[in-house]
Amino acid sequence: MIKKYSVKINKKVHQVEADENMPLLWVLRDILGMEGTKYGCGVGSCGACTVHLNGDAVRSCQLPISALAGTEITTIEGLSAKGDHPVQKAWVDVDVAQCGYCQSGQIMSAAALLKNTPNPTEEDIENFMTGNICRCGTYTRIKKAIQLAASK
Amino acid sequence: MMKKTDSNYSRRSFLKVTSLSGGGMMLGISWFASAKPEDSLAELNIEPVWQEVTSFIKIASDNSIKIFSPNPEFGQNVMTSLPMLIAEELDVDWKQVEVEQGNYDPKAFPRQFTGGSQGIRMAWKQLRTVGSAGRQMILTAASQAWNLPVSELTTANGMITHAFSGKSETYGTFAAAAAKLPVPKDIVLKGNQSFRLIGTPQKNVVAPKIAQGKPLFGMDYREAGMLIAMTERPPAFGMQLKSFDATAAKKMPGIVDIFPIQVFKDDHKFAGFDTRSFNEVIAVVGKSTWDVMNARKKIKAVWEVAPERKEMGVNNRETTVPSGLESTTKHYAQMLEMSKNPGVVERKDGDPEKAFAEAKHVIERTYTAPFLAHNIMEPTNTFAHYVGDKVRFVAPIQIPDWIMPSIVARLGIPKENISIELVRMGGGFGRRAYGHYMIEAALISKQANAPVKLIYSREDDVSAGIYRPSYQLTYRAAFDENKKLIAFHAKGGGVPESPLHANRFPAGAIDNYLAESFVIPSNITIGAFRAPRSNFNAAAEQSFLDEISEYMGKDPIVFRLELLQRAKDNPVGKTNDYDASRYMGVLELVRDKSGWGKPENAGKKRGVSAYFCHNSYAAQVIDLQVKGDQVTVDQVTTALDCGVVVNPEGAKNMAEGAAIDGIGNALFGQLTLTDGRTDQRNFDTYRMIRHNEAPKNIDVHFVKNEIDPTGLGEPPFPPIFGAMANALYQATGKRFYQQPFQPQLKG
Ligand code: FES
Ligand code: FES
Repeated sequence: MIKKYSVKINKKVHQVEADENMPLLWVLRDILGMEGTKYGCGVGSCGACTVHLNGDAVRSCQLPISALAGTEITTIEGLSAKGDHPVQKAWVDVDVAQCGYCQSGQIMSAAALLKNTPNPTEEDIENFMTGNICRCGTYTRIKKAIQLAASK
Repeated sequence: MMKKTDSNYSRRSFLKVTSLSGGGMMLGISWFASAKPEDSLAELNIEPVWQEVTSFIKIASDNSIKIFSPNPEFGQNVMTSLPMLIAEELDVDWKQVEVEQGNYDPKAFPRQFTGGSQGIRMAWKQLRTVGSAGRQMILTAASQAWNLPVSELTTANGMITHAFSGKSETYGTFAAAAAKLPVPKDIVLKGNQSFRLIGTPQKNVVAPKIAQGKPLFGMDYREAGMLIAMTERPPAFGMQLKSFDATAAKKMPGIVDIFPIQVFKDDHKFAGFDTRSFNEVIAVVGKSTWDVMNARKKIKAVWEVAPERKEMGVNNRETTVPSGLESTTKHYAQMLEMSKNPGVVERKDGDPEKAFAEAKHVIERTYTAPFLAHNIMEPTNTFAHYVGDKVRFVAPIQIPDWIMPSIVARLGIPKENISIELVRMGGGFGRRAYGHYMIEAALISKQANAPVKLIYSREDDVSAGIYRPSYQLTYRAAFDENKKLIAFHAKGGGVPESPLHANRFPAGAIDNYLAESFVIPSNITIGAFRAPRSNFNAAAEQSFLDEISEYMGKDPIVFRLELLQRAKDNPVGKTNDYDASRYMGVLELVRDKSGWGKPENAGKKRGVSAYFCHNSYAAQVIDLQVKGDQVTVDQVTTALDCGVVVNPEGAKNMAEGAAIDGIGNALFGQLTLTDGRTDQRNFDTYRMIRHNEAPKNIDVHFVKNEIDPTGLGEPPFPPIFGAMANALYQATGKRFYQQPFQPQLKG
């Protein structure tokens, strides 16, 4: 059923009309034109669509718009004003990306990890990041970038 | 030191400059159609269609420099490395260069092709020539303005300097004057020792945008009035559409139209890359992806088993695509059966039959692998807008030249009426060499009379793919009473192509050698997948060499080096397609860098592998541990010989990625079928390697030489499969003959 919702994304409240089951991923991409959050699988298995819900990493393809009342969403567009979040800077410094498609999701997961665990062990990183697939195989660089960001 | 280029490029190309309105210079290079293709181009069947003027470089009066990257980018980082070639010879400061993706324009850009690990190799002289010509013209303009001989002027970092007088000015100062000059006839290229930029590690120029999630990809493209389209197709290979009822689906919110499309015409002449999984699909067009996804579920379609069909190739060769619902278990049984019969002889040296008959001992092993899906992270998509008799695409496509004739044939419009904006691809690995989705998008746009973005869901992408074929290789090795290797036999086949490279190592190193192939026709669609055929050959061959070296009581590296030494000193046959010295070079480098055979590494469970493909050489050593069914890869050491390395940062990243991708596919990768239906549909069932399964450390080393650069995207991928199998053997005492390996660790 189509309903009206107000969602708070990157500190701004948006009014949207959408099917109650429409996942946040498609609200972001198709309705709000915020395409930093990527579609990879739609079933919660790849992490390409990762955003922050009240500061925690969640898969936006699994979050229906009807479940977002009273929450604060942060997307890659809202992570920093100029791409200068420590995680984003570390990603550039370590030259992580290959094709880059998975990296919005990887960065959002990494930022959430470091918020709760500022000095993660290698194992912490591996376990937390396991939900984010990278077909190009940038995992070792991602780990280095997270360690670099943690050291700053 | 400078050297005159010995290439044909200066003879068969001319440069033309045009003034920019702002008083700058635009430099282009043109390639005559009459030029004979380079051998290497002929090898790849690429027709040079370069005729008119294009532009690679723009220099503005304020000395800002823009360089266009011609090739489609899918993560191989050509947007950094190709412009580096131009910037090197142009002698500008890399920091002042802004890089832009060139759109599809065969008149402007000679080779817009991403595939076969040929990007840098083909551009090596072309793009340096472009840069050098620009530099020489600016020098001439400065010499005229200052009334000084060119020989007294030097360039560096986008500045021209006259050392005697201390004069120094930017390129931008002379750009307008340079634009009016004739283009130099003889283009002079730097000697490798003079490189200032090539060979230095440079970061991906797009990295800051990627880190901010900018809409760089085809999936991200949008424009006013654009609709979303998806396609519904048969649930299984070997089936086709009989009829459908979309009454309920059309009533769903946001749905604009639902109609069938036929991708290729019945009489289409299929070129090599015209593969598509299903020819008749149902298009669903709507306002949002979610609307379209929901409506798809309401379509009532009736599917039927498709009859056998004939496909006519452009070469007038007819292929028969069989009828039937195929299964992986049946494919494996068929391949095993076929391997017992004589195959097509691809190469024969000496008298292998006699040697096997007289052998004291024979080892025979059979290796098998399933289909693999590309699983590009950005699912297949394309934007198309068909208006009047024109169509405009925004497309993630590896080789636009190859789909153009098919678009022309299907839509019946001239190629001048087709434009393609090239966008960054979220992975390719061969999948986006097959541009059928562009035809689909154009047909949907035409019928819907609107701009559309066609999107494949992940399920569509996995279950209607263009897969790496399922392969099998049976090797036999014959030994005399002294355990000396006297004959070698490879019989390779697949569904529906053979993996065999008959002229590759160990051909050339063994007196009695036989290579045979067979094929099993199939209606499962297959195509190029990162290092086609090689990705299976290396796995099988390198595992087998490991096993026979063990029987012979030899160290696996020593054994390979001995064979290669033979191939180098006294090769068998004249058609060996590898350079034994360079092959040995990577094995020696990986041996040294991994500390192979050193006492401190005695306790490590390690495997080695080496392979040659796409003109480059790669060797790897893997150290791992196995606990239950968990594999921990502690270390990958990679040695590569791809000639001069243009950008070591990007090159290392790609070689690391190849190792991770290869380990993932070796351990987990499989696309299996039951009655034509793929058993895997999404990442919940298709097992991909994940963070916690990636190697703890990867070291990449390059052989240092002055050889012109060769491929890098593919070569480090195939050998990793063999190194995994061999290391797993060391850890478990069990040989691995069937991919993927990890399921066999259970229990
Ligand atoms: S798109 Fe949400 S987890 Fe894959
Ligand atoms: S960089 Fe390509 S999928 Fe991760």
